[in-house]
Amino acid sequence: MKNQMQIQFSALSQNESFARVTVAAFIAQLDPTLDELTEIKTVVSEAVTNSIIHGYENDPNGIVYISASIEDGMVELTIKDTGLGILDVDEARQPLYTTKPDLERSGMGFTIMENFMDEITIQSHPGEGTEVQLKKHLSNSKMLCN
Amino acid sequence: MSLSINLEVKHDVLCVRLSGELDHHSADELRAQATKAIEEFDIHHIVLNLEQLSFMDSSGLGVILGRYKQVKQMNGEMVVCAISPAVQRLFDMSGLFKIIRLEPTEEFALQRLGVA
Repeated sequence: MKNQMQIQFSALSQNESFARVTVAAFIAQLDPTLDELTEIKTVVSEAVTNSIIHGYENDPNGIVYISASIEDGMVELTIKDTGLGILDVDEARQPLYTTKPDLERSGMGFTIMENFMDEITIQSHPGEGTEVQLKKHLSNSKMLCN
Repeated sequence: MSLSINLEVKHDVLCVRLSGELDHHSADELRAQATKAIEEFDIHHIVLNLEQLSFMDSSGLGVILGRYKQVKQMNGEMVVCAISPAVQRLFDMSGLFKIIRLEPTEEFALQRLGVA
């Protein structure tokens, strides 16, 4: 049985922890390992931070959308914004690449997402926004059936 | 859970002890406090104690790298200690261990800098 949820929230940095904790709480029903839970929280944090800093350039009027689904131990996450978009996605994916070194960005966001998840798809159109899809199969998952 | 920042100056070493979660939101506060202390107390080296840190993402890497660059200008160094396996993975991934030394405890880190 597929189970899904959606949230949306203002592009404010204080919502980064709300986002990762909420997704982690939803995933928890698959009984993930502590490492898997940390990985999921980290990638959510990375994608949401990207939307806030790069997509909306810290404009709190922006809205970040997250949808999550779980089915047979597979976690699928979509983190979306309708912000500025990415001009060159391949370049953005390079380790240590950042357009905002002045803000002390490490340029490791997409590299961490690639490392912590099984699959990543980035769709971005300048002026329209960015959608990041992430998939991960949990090692020891067991669905709780009610 | 937010970030709690504890700073202590020992000679020319700034001990930075973090507990809680270090992300983009809390990185700004850490940057401001650490930068101020480094300038105010003529700091040359930093010991970063992450024993109580429960979460960190790439924004944490950014602010740590920023402080490393700050003390590097004084020919100083940064030693990180008591890090969790999760944080260690992020350091490994970004190559930060090539420039920042790792010690098991704050005591070892301070010994390494000659102030213990």
